[in-house]
Amino acid sequence: MYVAVKGGERAIDNAHDWLADERRGPRDIAELSIAQIRHQLALAVNRVMAEGSLYDPDLAALAIKQARGDLIEAIFLIRAYRTTLPRIGHSHPVDTGAMACDRRISATFKDLPGGQVLGPTFDYTHRLLDFKLLAEGPTAEAGNSGATQGMPAPAPMPRVSDFLNRDGLIQDEQPGPQTPPDMTRQPMEYPADRPLRLQALSRGDEGFVLGMAYSTQRGYGRNHPFVGELRIGSVAVEMDIPELGFAVEIGEITLTECETVNQFTGSKTEPAQFTRGYGLVFGQTERKAISMALVDRALRWEELGEDNMGAPAQDAEFVLSHADNIQATGFLEHIKLPHYVDFQSELELVRKLRAEASTPLSEAAE
Amino acid sequence: MTQDTHYNFAYLDEQTKRMIRRALLKAMAIPGYQVPFASREMPMPYGWGTGGVQVSAACLTPSDTLKVIDQGADDTTNAVSIRKFFEKTAQVATTESTRAASLIQTRHRIPEEPLREGQILVYQVPIPEPLRFLEPRETETRKMHALQDYGLMHVKLYEDIARHGNIATSYAYPVKVQGRYVMDPSPIPKFDNPKLRMAAIQLFGAGREQRIYAIPPYTDVVSLDFEDHPFEPSKANHACSLCGADHTYLDEVIVDDRGGRMFVCSDTDYCATRQATGAAPAQTATSQPQEAQP
Repeated sequence: MYVAVKGGERAIDNAHDWLADERRGPRDIAELSIAQIRHQLALAVNRVMAEGSLYDPDLAALAIKQARGDLIEAIFLIRAYRTTLPRIGHSHPVDTGAMACDRRISATFKDLPGGQVLGPTFDYTHRLLDFKLLAEGPTAEAGNSGATQGMPAPAPMPRVSDFLNRDGLIQDEQPGPQTPPDMTRQPMEYPADRPLRLQALSRGDEGFVLGMAYSTQRGYGRNHPFVGELRIGSVAVEMDIPELGFAVEIGEITLTECETVNQFTGSKTEPAQFTRGYGLVFGQTERKAISMALVDRALRWEELGEDNMGAPAQDAEFVLSHADNIQATGFLEHIKLPHYVDFQSELELVRKLRAEASTPLSEAAE
Repeated sequence: MTQDTHYNFAYLDEQTKRMIRRALLKAMAIPGYQVPFASREMPMPYGWGTGGVQVSAACLTPSDTLKVIDQGADDTTNAVSIRKFFEKTAQVATTESTRAASLIQTRHRIPEEPLREGQILVYQVPIPEPLRFLEPRETETRKMHALQDYGLMHVKLYEDIARHGNIATSYAYPVKVQGRYVMDPSPIPKFDNPKLRMAAIQLFGAGREQRIYAIPPYTDVVSLDFEDHPFEPSKANHACSLCGADHTYLDEVIVDDRGGRMFVCSDTDYCATRQATGAAPAQTATSQPQEAQP
């Protein structure tokens, strides 16, 4: 005899206990510390901060630990926490021109004021597994090898786009609205203006934005990008304190900024000049920042009077409504939930259609 | 369970609740119209009832009694999870009784027991836009609603009839609310559509899609159809094997590996109440496989 499936509550509790046990793993292996994750898995921490839209390396490291290394799950934890935080105000726009750069490269000029600084990059490493790391013995203390020492005093690093702009060769950015919209406090509306698009891209899924950017390079909305400048470093965050009546520095954050310079042959309304795409992301996240700049540029076709090629990366509604991995993963995974009521009604419909389809045939045979 | 003091009553902060209540009032004033709202990230995934949870959180008061169902049942895992969430964050009383509840959050069903004035039914909605699968662009569908341009929907229903002899939509069956907006009633089976005109307030929350809509009490709700192909609510042609009801929506349960199956009420509270009052089960507990049913 049928017994109604009860005990969902106990099953959930047991599943959570099992999960906690699996997360910890074998007890004879030392537990990961938040500091280890923060400093030794820093690029994972950066991604969680960027897509979680919350600059807090310790909380991001905690989320990664709790999520067992599932970064989308970690981003979700950060987002759910972030949304409960009160808004105490807005910072001033950060001045990335005054960034203390760890890395600054330009692909468009061989040399430039401030110089090219490679910084801690995987570029030009040979992707060979380093079995010395496997040995886990005492290794050369890389950080103390002097790579970061003996650097010249930081020279001012003016932005590449500013030199081009001096000659009028690159399109001028029009100042946007005084206070940009906040996509976390207002429902998304289409058509979305550029500040809104940039916000959505900055917190969008790295893989999705990368795929979209790659599609433009392969011809779906091609826009000939050059990395005009990529810079990674820390900037000061300043905020007006009403009691003081002036702005004070409340902290520093690390950002990756990418400006692409794109060829543009001109249109009915614009003369031939270079155009720009822009990417700005929390932490050292240059793959994401470059991708963002390419997609930003592709989405600007209308403003620049270009043709709509019908490419996915030119379609703001398509890009923005599918870039968020927390929305995407939630909706994708909800199909694990019971759907037997809807399925039952589909069953009945299919049975009915089959019954009706077989009836006229037998009648015709008679 | 003790309330977690790190969070406000019912989790959301008061400013957010206020924003949601404004959207709810607008939705009640324009029945069937999808009101955009600044949906928050919730501690459960999008697609798992975040819209319904936000609407419930904005409506709950400490004196409310909450019931949560998924597929008609109180004990499905996600219903349990959402009920626990409000027990923890709002400390409201919870119940499995449709009658005893002042606020019911549901996914995919309307309770069999008719709701009364003063009750609120909150639906979890995955895709609020009834025209979405005909036109993927939000910019276009909003225009279509504004102009009452529902021709595309009628063509779709007509094409179903031309191809299959029937309208091939069995759940999330589109309705017209008070003669104006075409609305998606969320993925309830079309069996439930006639109940959409009711005494209780019906609120619909779509978190990921950032939309809220509503049906005020006694609002006219008409399932779309044609004069010569009238709307037909459908259910399995059986009676419940546990309580004998022949007027309720039934789940089909596979009972062995030889094609045996039984049919039981999807509304667990309704079925249990009937059993407690001595309703007899249907004659045959299980039925043998049938190729097709009339």
